[in-house]
Amino acid sequence: MWAYVANRIGLAAVVVLIALSVNFAIPRIMPGDPVEQQLAAISAAGGQTGDMAEAAKALRQRFQLDRPIWEQYLGYLWNVARADLGVSVANYPQRVSEIVLSGLPWTVGLLGLSTLISFGLGTLTGALMAWPSAPRALRLLALPLVLVSAIPYFVIGLVLLALLGIVWPILPVAGGYPFGQVMNADLPTALGVLKHGILPALSIVLASLGAWALAMRGMVVSVLGEDYMMLAEAKGLTERRIFLAYGVRNALLPQFTQLALKLGALVSGAILVEVIFAYPGIGYKLYVAIGQKDVFVVQGIVLLLSLSIAAAMLILDLFYPLIDPRVAARSS
Amino acid sequence: MSRHALSVRSLTVEFATARGQARAVDEVSFDLVPGERLGLVGESGSGKTTTALSLLRLIRPPGRIVGGEIRIAGADVLAASPEELRRMRAARIALVPQGAMSALNPVLTCGAQFEDLFAAHGERGGAARIAALLASVGLEPQVAGFFPHQLSGGMKQRVCIALAVALRPSVIVADEPTSALDVIVQRQVLRTLVKAQKEAGAAIVMVGHDMGLMAQFAHRIGVMYAGRLVEIAPVRDIFADPRHPYTRALIESLPDLERRGEFRGLSGLPPSLLDLPPGCAFAPRCPRVVERCRVERPGPTLLAGGREARCHFAAEPVHAG
Amino acid sequence: MRRALNLAREEPGLIIGLVILGGLAALSAMAPLLVDVSLAEIGAARPRRPPGAQHWLGTDGQGRDVLASLLVATPRTLFIGLLAGLIGLGLGGALGLVAGWFRGAADAVIRTVADVFMTIPAIAVLVLVGTSVRSMSVALMALVVAGLSWMAPARAVRAQVLSLRERPWIDVARLNGQSGVAIVAREILPNLAPYLAASFVVAVSTAILATVGLEALGLGPQNELTLGMMIYWAQYGGAILRGMWWWWAPPVLALIAIFVALFLISTGMDRLVNVRLRAAS
Repeated sequence: MWAYVANRIGLAAVVVLIALSVNFAIPRIMPGDPVEQQLAAISAAGGQTGDMAEAAKALRQRFQLDRPIWEQYLGYLWNVARADLGVSVANYPQRVSEIVLSGLPWTVGLLGLSTLISFGLGTLTGALMAWPSAPRALRLLALPLVLVSAIPYFVIGLVLLALLGIVWPILPVAGGYPFGQVMNADLPTALGVLKHGILPALSIVLASLGAWALAMRGMVVSVLGEDYMMLAEAKGLTERRIFLAYGVRNALLPQFTQLALKLGALVSGAILVEVIFAYPGIGYKLYVAIGQKDVFVVQGIVLLLSLSIAAAMLILDLFYPLIDPRVAARSS
Repeated sequence: MSRHALSVRSLTVEFATARGQARAVDEVSFDLVPGERLGLVGESGSGKTTTALSLLRLIRPPGRIVGGEIRIAGADVLAASPEELRRMRAARIALVPQGAMSALNPVLTCGAQFEDLFAAHGERGGAARIAALLASVGLEPQVAGFFPHQLSGGMKQRVCIALAVALRPSVIVADEPTSALDVIVQRQVLRTLVKAQKEAGAAIVMVGHDMGLMAQFAHRIGVMYAGRLVEIAPVRDIFADPRHPYTRALIESLPDLERRGEFRGLSGLPPSLLDLPPGCAFAPRCPRVVERCRVERPGPTLLAGGREARCHFAAEPVHAG
Repeated sequence: MRRALNLAREEPGLIIGLVILGGLAALSAMAPLLVDVSLAEIGAARPRRPPGAQHWLGTDGQGRDVLASLLVATPRTLFIGLLAGLIGLGLGGALGLVAGWFRGAADAVIRTVADVFMTIPAIAVLVLVGTSVRSMSVALMALVVAGLSWMAPARAVRAQVLSLRERPWIDVARLNGQSGVAIVAREILPNLAPYLAASFVVAVSTAILATVGLEALGLGPQNELTLGMMIYWAQYGGAILRGMWWWWAPPVLALIAIFVALFLISTGMDRLVNVRLRAAS
């Protein structure tokens, strides 16, 4: 058991270190002096609002290009460890960590909620699609679900935006809360936030629902052939019990593995959905920063993405033995 | 109330295949008195497992029970509604499954798999009741807290036996209950099964392909070939004086300590169920075949001692060929 | 001909997918005959015109003819996908072959690297590269995307090689004194072909998805028109909010058609491969 936990934490640590190194290396591998390039790019983009000279100084100090590479690397790691991600060049002297943190709750809320809904709904639909005595009409769902799941998240977002935001305008099309709304912990604020979240969340749910349903359908079909399903029936258990505790429960294990593997795609998809709906999460902040060539903000967000995916995978890994009692035994 | 624990009449099961209906079980009839142990033997594909699973109506599409009658202590299994059938299972007729290694739900503890059995039949479980059941199959009470992957194959099969006798059914169906186990464990598990069956007062139908193992276990043996029950007789009689040539071939194929090295098997393969010969299904491989066997299907011949065989020459002993 | 008809009956999805993709490719190939391709240049026409006799699909905010843009952008997007898919498959296939055939240390290293790469979100690396280069080009984008899409083919090929090398005919070849390379070339590769074909389609689809995502973030090639860039410019110009459906809908529909077609092809091929395998065993 503890060997399993140590193993997973070790793996997560390796991934984090590699993510950090990639983040460190890529701007330095690219040809030319990164500082010159950044400055040129920023003035070309015209996104400059702060003090240019101060920003240039901050950039130089940040990259420490006159130092040996390993010193730069250690310095970089030290800065990250202190949660110092530098300052925004476009909006000098705002700190990158502030920008990133201000977007985080929006993204976590949107992505977490919509993933939970699509995973739960899709898993249940898929399981019912495979269950022999479920209504036949469910099986007809397969084709539309499959086709929609082939379309990228943000393309579905675009279509929903046009249909429910413009053609038949029943939902707000941009932002995370009503314009001019003062954020309070009261009901109008909550409702406003909820209403603005519907379209982005719906895009993510629609785009990923089919994949969950199809994966689950396949899993349940293979579970149906297992010996323990026959014994469950021979024990005279109710169909409901067989379906939930024997069928769905066992098919869920590989479904959770899928969840871990698809996290990257989910996050990428959600980022683009945020862009489409100008939703104030880190995806939209990334989009804005890219437009302004705000290099530290981009790097900070990218780093946060890598770290949060590593963290989410670690959490899934640690939850896994609770769902499948065999996992911990197998790996130790 | 019938005096039979189990009564099977003309049970017929067919499988829909791309090339037509395959009759996997063909008019099989037999009766069991309470506490009796019947061994069903035959090659793979002979319909013995299909027969056993039909008794619990566990045949899945493309298979279908197309005719016959099954009564457990008088209750009609084939006429039962889905809910009646569900209540009958485990309570009146229980299964000891074939795949000992994979027959228990991997995500539930053994105890939970007893509890859901009790709950499904409206009975109270509890640690003491489960511990007693486990003890009856030679397992410690702690096993209730274990997940299946923490148990050996033999222990898992003991848990399955305990599950089967938990509600004191009239009939236990054991489908090759020891096939996944090694030889020493096989004997232990069989002994456990017999002990539990005696305590529960149940009749048992055990499916297997090992005539030798069956001889030690059963009161009577039924031999199946190509979906038909070709002979059924008490163990002593069937070994001393087999009346169907196929039974004799099965007995002769057993390794014999006195005739070491000498092995007499059957030539040829069992026929395809889609393409059965018009007469006796065994005719193409039979050493004593005559023209009549090829055209006329032998009905059951009733013999002294409650024996029965489906051979035109069942009245005469089969001589060594 | 009969075989083709049989295939159509067994796997209609596969055929529909191929027809959609083939149709898009053919339409794009004939683009110079259908429209004046130079209308896809910025300022070639009056901007923001709705569809009409002169511009069948109207014009965008920068004065491009949308139909001409579409016919120029579609083959470019397909090309990026094919190129990246090919590179990703080649790289992944080779690594998978090495890992599966030699096993041991090579396998351990390749598998670990693949696992780690699968954990790092592709979009993060893409964004880093995209913001670090002076200007993005179609070829560079294909290369970057390929660098992140080799893991799935590597895993699939490795698993297949591992199971293939245990088959009896491989033992026969080995006993006949064939060298490892010869066995791989003559016995393993031909048997891998269906898997390679299937994972190629997946790789192409993944690659197009990644490039379109990159483009929608504004990191695509600014000077070359692709479907993703068309959507980016439409989004940038507020096409949806201004109700200019002719600007954003055509590239969106083209993308949907491409993704659905690739999906149909890949599931159709998967089933076909599995049926063949079942028939063979």
